[in-house]
Amino acid sequence: MSARNRRAVIAGVATSDYPLVPHMSEHGVHGQAADRALADAGLTMADVDGLATTGFFPMYATGVAEYLGLHPIYLDETNTGGSSFEVLVEHAAYAVEAGAADVVLVTYGSIQLSQMGRRLGTGGGGGAGFAPGPAIYDALWGNTLVGNYALAARRHMHEYGTTAEQLAAVAVTMRRHAADNPQAQEREPITVEDVVSSRLVADPLHKLDCCVISDGGAACVVTTAERAADLRHDPVFVLGAAHATTHHLNLSAMADLTVSPAAQSGPAAFARAGITPADVDVAQLYDSFTITVVLTVEDLGFCAKGEGGAFVEDNGLAVGGRLPTNTDGGGLSACHPGMRGMFLIVEAVRQLRGQGGATQVPGARIAVAHGTGGMLSTGATLVLGREAP
Amino acid sequence: MTDPAAPSKDERPPKPRPAPIPDADSAPYWQAAHDGRLVVQRCERCATHQLYPRDRCRRCRGPVEWVEASGRGTVYSFTVIRQNYSRPFRDWIPYVVALVDLEEGPRVMTNLVGCAVEDVRIGLGVRATFEVVSDDAGIALFVPDDTAG
Repeated sequence: MSARNRRAVIAGVATSDYPLVPHMSEHGVHGQAADRALADAGLTMADVDGLATTGFFPMYATGVAEYLGLHPIYLDETNTGGSSFEVLVEHAAYAVEAGAADVVLVTYGSIQLSQMGRRLGTGGGGGAGFAPGPAIYDALWGNTLVGNYALAARRHMHEYGTTAEQLAAVAVTMRRHAADNPQAQEREPITVEDVVSSRLVADPLHKLDCCVISDGGAACVVTTAERAADLRHDPVFVLGAAHATTHHLNLSAMADLTVSPAAQSGPAAFARAGITPADVDVAQLYDSFTITVVLTVEDLGFCAKGEGGAFVEDNGLAVGGRLPTNTDGGGLSACHPGMRGMFLIVEAVRQLRGQGGATQVPGARIAVAHGTGGMLSTGATLVLGREAP
Repeated sequence: MTDPAAPSKDERPPKPRPAPIPDADSAPYWQAAHDGRLVVQRCERCATHQLYPRDRCRRCRGPVEWVEASGRGTVYSFTVIRQNYSRPFRDWIPYVVALVDLEEGPRVMTNLVGCAVEDVRIGLGVRATFEVVSDDAGIALFVPDDTAG
C-alpha cells in the first residue's frame, strides 16, 4: 500500500440535536452524533477501529468506547480544552497515515446547558479544592472564565486602540449567520448597539460578547483516501495541522495577553499544508468570546497584529467579506456546549462539500478550523481542502 | 434565573476568602504574605526572578532562592467583575481583578482594592498590602501607590 493512498481524509461529519436536549444523556449525544457521522460517510460502527474523544474525566475515551460497544485498536483522549477536537483529528490523521488504524471515529457530546445552566463561566473562584496544584495562584481572586478573556480584551484595547464596537461586530456577524441556521440557539438579528448596551459581565466584555451555553455534540470520521474512494461523499483532505500552548489556567503565566497560541499553531499548520492565509476561502474560528476571534485572525496571519479590530468591522467576517467565518453562527449564536472544536470541523467540511446552505461560500476549496482552549491557553489549527495535496 | 445585580437575600454568615493549601513549592510564599512580606524566587544561575514558585528556574532549570520584593508594580491589565455566582465574591460585586507586573519582573493576579473601580487604569502604579487568610497563608492584594511618581 503506497503512502499516497493512505492520505488522511474526513469522510463523514454530523452534529447531534442541539442546542437543548434535556431528554438525552451526555453519552447518548455522542452516540447520536456518531451514528449520523458514520451514516453520512456510508459506514457503520463495525467499520470503526479507532476512537478519539475527550471530556472532563480520566479514561473518558475508554468509557465512550464501552458505551458505543467499540473495541478500538487506536484510542486518543488528548484534552487541550476547546481546541481538543482539532488536535484529535490531527492525531487521527497521523494514525491512519501510519497504518495504526483505518477508520477513526472522533466524537463529542455534552449536556452542559441542561446540567449546569447559565452559571458556567461566571462561577469562578472556588479556591483550593477547585484549583489543584499550581492552578491555585489565579484562583483566589474571584476571577471568572469571562474575566480572563476580559483581561486580554482590555490589554488589546490598550495596545492597539481596539474598540468595544469592533469587538461587537464579531457578535453581530455571527448572529447574522445564525439566522440562516435553523438549529441555532439565538437567531434574532442584533446590532453593534445591542451588544455594547448589553450588560457588562466583566469589563470590557458584555453579555453579547460571550458565547451561548448549549447542549450538543458532533462527530467526524477520519480515514484514508483509499478507504474513502467508494464512500458516499467526496473526501475532504487533511492538508496540514499543528497545535501549541502558552500556559494552563494561570493567565498570569501568559507572556503577552494579545498573542494567543494561534501565532505558533497557525504558521506551522499552514507550512505543513503548503498554503498561506490568502489561500483560505472560509474559516471556522473558536468564538468563546468576541476577543477570541480578533486575536485569532491576527495570530493566524489574516491581518497584522493590532489590526484585528478593523479586520472584523464592516462585515469583514460575513459571507462575501474579507474572511467568511463561522458560517453556522458560531459559539456566539449557534451552539457552545463547552468544547466547541468539533463543530468547527463539521462546518468546515460542509462548506468544502458545498453543503453550506444559505451561508455557503461559493466555490470554497480550502477551509481552516482553529480551536482555542482554556484561558487562551491552547490553540490548534486544522487546514482542510477539497482537493488532494 | 437570579438577577446577579439584585441585592443578595443570602442570610448565611459571610464566607471567608478561599485560602491556598501550601505545598512544598509554595509554603514560603504564602507564609511570607502571612507575615506581611512579598517574596519572589531568583535563579542562582541566570538571576531571573519568577512567580509563581517552582522547584527550579523555569527559564534555565537552575536552583532558586527566595528574595524580598519591593512590593511595587504596575497594572498590566484589569477587569471589573460584575457577575460571579460564587461566594464570597458575589457579595463584593463590582470588584477589580488585575494582573500586576512587579518591579522585579514577575506578573501576579490579584485584587486591586482601595480605589473606585472607575479609577483603575493600565499602567497605574500599585503596592502590595496583605491579608491573612489562614494560619499559614496570607495573600497580597494591591492598592494604588500614592508614593509613585
